[in-house]
Amino acid sequence: MDLENCRGIMVYCEIDVCGIIDNSLELIGHANTLKEKMEHYPEVTAVIIGSDVGSLITVAARHGADRVIMMDNPRYRVYRPDLYSDALAAAAEKYRPEILLVGASLSGEEIGPTVAMKLHTGMAAHCVELKIRDDGQFVQVVPAFGGKVLGDILCPGFRPQMASMKAGMVSKRIFEGKVAEIESFDPDVRGFGDRLQVIETIPETRKRVSLSNAELVVTGGFGIGTQEGWDKLEHMAELLHGVSTCTRPALDAGWTDKEETMVGTSGVAIKPKVYLGFGVSGAAHHTCGIKGAGLIISVNRDANAPIFEVSDFKVVSDWEAIVNAITARLEATSAVCPDPDRA
Amino acid sequence: MALTIAVCIKPVPDSEYYNKITIDPVTKRLNRDGIPTVINSMDKNAIEAALRLREKHGGRVLAFSMAPDTAIENLKRVLAMGVDEAYLCSDRVLGGADTWATSYTLYKAIEKTGPVDLVIMGNQTEDGGTAQVPSQLGEWMGVPHLANVIALDYEDGGMVVKTKADRGTIRYSLKLPAVLAVTRDCNEPRIPSVMDILKVGKKPMRILRAQDLDLNPDFIGIKGSPTQAGEIYSPDMSRKSEALVGDPDEIALRILDELRKAGISIG
Ligand SMILES: Cc1cc2nc3c(=O)[nH]c(=O)nc-3n(C[C@H](O)[C@H](O)[C@H](O)COP(=O)(O)OP(=O)(O)OC[C@H]3O[C@@H](n4cnc5c(N)ncnc54)[C@H](O)[C@@H]3O)c2cc1C
Ligand SMILES: Cc1cc2nc3c(=O)[nH]c(=O)nc-3n(C[C@H](O)[C@H](O)[C@H](O)COP(=O)(O)OP(=O)(O)OC[C@H]3O[C@@H](n4cnc5c(N)ncnc54)[C@H](O)[C@@H]3O)c2cc1C
Repeated sequence: MDLENCRGIMVYCEIDVCGIIDNSLELIGHANTLKEKMEHYPEVTAVIIGSDVGSLITVAARHGADRVIMMDNPRYRVYRPDLYSDALAAAAEKYRPEILLVGASLSGEEIGPTVAMKLHTGMAAHCVELKIRDDGQFVQVVPAFGGKVLGDILCPGFRPQMASMKAGMVSKRIFEGKVAEIESFDPDVRGFGDRLQVIETIPETRKRVSLSNAELVVTGGFGIGTQEGWDKLEHMAELLHGVSTCTRPALDAGWTDKEETMVGTSGVAIKPKVYLGFGVSGAAHHTCGIKGAGLIISVNRDANAPIFEVSDFKVVSDWEAIVNAITARLEATSAVCPDPDRA
Repeated sequence: MALTIAVCIKPVPDSEYYNKITIDPVTKRLNRDGIPTVINSMDKNAIEAALRLREKHGGRVLAFSMAPDTAIENLKRVLAMGVDEAYLCSDRVLGGADTWATSYTLYKAIEKTGPVDLVIMGNQTEDGGTAQVPSQLGEWMGVPHLANVIALDYEDGGMVVKTKADRGTIRYSLKLPAVLAVTRDCNEPRIPSVMDILKVGKKPMRILRAQDLDLNPDFIGIKGSPTQAGEIYSPDMSRKSEALVGDPDEIALRILDELRKAGISIG
């Protein structure tokens, strides 16, 4: 799209069984932060694509949407990347935003670049920061080489300027009592027609671990070494009421099957009050996911482990000795009052 | 039906050496000296997926890469894995491309060498890692495309594909031609034997220059890229790195103390 008559920030709202996902709500909040730095103080528009999703309008408004474009049609009942991409591209063509933000979820990664192609514009992927420069230019900061390097991406000549961002990079904002303007939009989209068909959608049955509100995160790396070791670490995490997370090698080793708790470039970014890491070497792929942590404490037996550089406190030790000692301390306390739920 | 399958291969700096990547403080350029270039990891999954389809249904597998001439070495490895022919799009005017211009160039190269039934790509690279090229190539070709593919098979003239979704998995059927981007869960890539490596010399490998490809000059390289790269920098994430010392119990107490100070309530 060319630069003529483009205005405002559009955010694509991704939906799951529980409603609009946090990733999208965070982006609506962040769009408000951006708009406050933009000269003409433009509108933040949320686009909701789905079937029977009217109840989500207030959710989008409460999180900062000035306007909600409702694309509510039974054809969107089951997610199909081609239909959703066509729908979002049609909305962008009609409402002509300057900026279009998409969550860097698996489906966002399908829809985003497809829409960028349809609109003939650029897209910056997995941004770690989105900001408006003093001269008004929108700057998209992207990671490369697993987060070892960051680069600014600009898209001055095309609109909308598209960007994706992973969950957890920015925070949600609440706008109590905010009312959004509502528009229904129902273009005739067909995607690839019968050239692409969904045979079945198989939902995950296991309840996912949520990391967005975790205050204490205990991360185990490949240095944990065995399943027994892993179970011991998880036990300590439970005693601390913390959430256990992992590095990619620990997940690959099969010690945990909670892939949603893998932290880093190909996993999640977290911002707990405290990150407590054991047997984690500190590769950029992993550490780029923990830079939002308030406090970083790590235990590694190698005094030169790169994780120490990015830690507030370091412990050069075998992980097990420390975990045993913490566990013993906690069990001594909880022996007095074994069931914390009753307290 | 025998299948003609294109696989797209990007040579990338070996991720084992990422700690050696630095930024020249004066030129602000990336310094990758001494870092070997390897085939992007998921592209090996793409090759493996293509070879298995060929072994089952017959056909040919063609590899395409847009990279400097040095990528010939990487493409030899691709041929050793069992790919039949390799094409390298290499030309100074193609450099600096973003995903939009990269997908366009790959599209023109594939079009040039003749129709294909299926394109299989890696889902994401290890260096740029945008995961944008596959969908954009699918759009250029105007054919159904899916990312995050974890299983695929050819049945009754179409593909049956399983993808990883945000909250589960999805099974799709696609008519050919189609573009699929596979993840590392898809398969275990084979390692070429000495015999395979010996066969490489007999396989066709061709360098395609810009003039060989009927390219729209406004769609390639830096000029054809809607995005522009600005400054690059290494994020400084260093913290105070204060050592906690003592015997394990003393350290445990210090850790619990720091947790409390940070606002974590502990029994
Ligand atoms: C620091 C940095 C940041 C960047 N950020 C952006 C950005 O935000 N937006 C943007 O548009 N571009 C960006 N680029 C440019 C982008 O990396 C290049 O366009 C690159 O050629 C393709 O993108 P990718 O590596 O992200 O591929 P992905 O989309 O991650 O690759 C997926 C698959 O596409 C195929 N493929 C990709 N490139 C090639 C190739 N050259 N030859 C053959 N097959 C290929 C492979 O099968 C690969 O597995 C960035 C580059 C750098 C160095
Ligand atoms: C494209 C790509 C994407 C990736 N994405 C991610 C990602 O999202 N998240 C991620 O985590 N990784 C990711 N990785 C992998 C990443 O590069 C590193 O390999 C990984 O983070 C290292 O995990 P680790 O620290 O657990 O293991 P290792 O690097 O093997 O480190 C183990 C550490 O444990 C220590 N240790 C061993 N025994 C003990 C002991 N008894 N007591 C104390 N310490 C001990 C060792 O000194 C070592 O420092 C990715 C890689 C690639 C190529």
